[in-house]
Amino acid sequence: MARKIRVLVAKPGLDGHDRGARVIARALRDAGMEVIYTGLHQTPEQIVEAAIQEDVDVVGLSILSGAHMTLIPRVTQLLRENGADDIIVIGGGTIPEDDIKALKEGGWVKELFTPGTPLETIVEWIQSNVKD
Amino acid sequence: MNNLVEKLLQGDRRSAARLITLIENDAPEKKDILQQIYPYTGRAHVVGITGSPGAGKSSLVDELTREIRREVLKVGIIAVDPTSPFSGGALLGDRIRMQEHATDRGVFIRSMGTRGSLGGLAQATRDVIRVLDAFGCDVILVETVGVGQSELDIMHHADTTLVVLTPQAGDHIQTIKAGIMEIADIFVINKADLGGSGKMVTDIETMLDLSPLVNGWRPPVLTTIAIDHQGIPELWAAIKRHKAWRKENKAGANRERVRRELAEIIQRYLYQLISRELDERFEHLLEKVAERQLDPYSAAMDIIKQSWKGGLP
Repeated sequence: MARKIRVLVAKPGLDGHDRGARVIARALRDAGMEVIYTGLHQTPEQIVEAAIQEDVDVVGLSILSGAHMTLIPRVTQLLRENGADDIIVIGGGTIPEDDIKALKEGGWVKELFTPGTPLETIVEWIQSNVKD
Repeated sequence: MNNLVEKLLQGDRRSAARLITLIENDAPEKKDILQQIYPYTGRAHVVGITGSPGAGKSSLVDELTREIRREVLKVGIIAVDPTSPFSGGALLGDRIRMQEHATDRGVFIRSMGTRGSLGGLAQATRDVIRVLDAFGCDVILVETVGVGQSELDIMHHADTTLVVLTPQAGDHIQTIKAGIMEIADIFVINKADLGGSGKMVTDIETMLDLSPLVNGWRPPVLTTIAIDHQGIPELWAAIKRHKAWRKENKAGANRERVRRELAEIIQRYLYQLISRELDERFEHLLEKVAERQLDPYSAAMDIIKQSWKGGLP
């Protein structure tokens, strides 16, 4: 059985900066994953529906707008409400350390990657955290 | 019955998505799933959308979906994008143009990588169509990868095939070449505001004047500006006309499709079998051919004779 890791890369909220998301998408593609990119200005509802229909293993949220404390918990909560909390939520962007701690300890996100993280680190994290 | 299949038939989205994954991955339970689903298929109208990269296929699918939803029909969308031959990965970006429908419970969108197939679709496409059919979709829109001139798989899966072109995509010789220009049930000249669309329409109509009609259907040539929704109601009307015409003329070519599919399934099974056997039972023949003591044709006939005599498993 040829299993492929599927990842949704999404940009929630009012945030027009998607260079980072596209670089990540490209890196995951080159690591042999199927990457679904949904474009800019997505609502948490749109992201969660896409994640369910596409049956992804991981949702990667890219946020540079500062609204991570609202958007990340909302996505995770909606996944739970839809019985889809087996989908791993990770994120990236300009997120202060205190917020990272709060989001991770609150169980809202599995991992967060800040600017400067090597692409291999993210690829390896996904590969080792997605169950076969 | 498989629990997921049961829930699929009740319209559960998560189960539909899970089943599609199992089929795409060629999971061991695939055969059982398809066996259980098959009686519930054959109801949806499958529309194929093909054309070159950047012709506006995704935008067209998006606007067409909006139009179809006015009639409160359930829509399934399968959007295929290419898989890298080097990494095996894929960037599936067709959803970007369709996200407006993401939260509409009457629309189900699934992106697929081609995973090695070269005909413009993924190998699993036909069976994924079946899942969405059993899921209760009235119309299934299948968007191929951006194609060139001869990726024609869609004609074997769609009930109505749209070939999407843009103005200024070559001179009139392009319109009389064999291949993709022959598979259209409807021609769509998208981005008609670019200029040159009138000439494109004339070129295609001229080509059609010289083409023999298949059972009396002459493909209409429509112009659209998808992002402005221009020409979309007319396109949906043309699809419905073609559907009615097919029904009237029983133009399903059903037997031919079944024959093709059976041949494909058997071929795939035998191929896997023979690949394994070559390494296990016929290694000595491989060796002989490699050392040029035997030609590959004689070796192949030898293997077929020996396998057939013993009865194929």
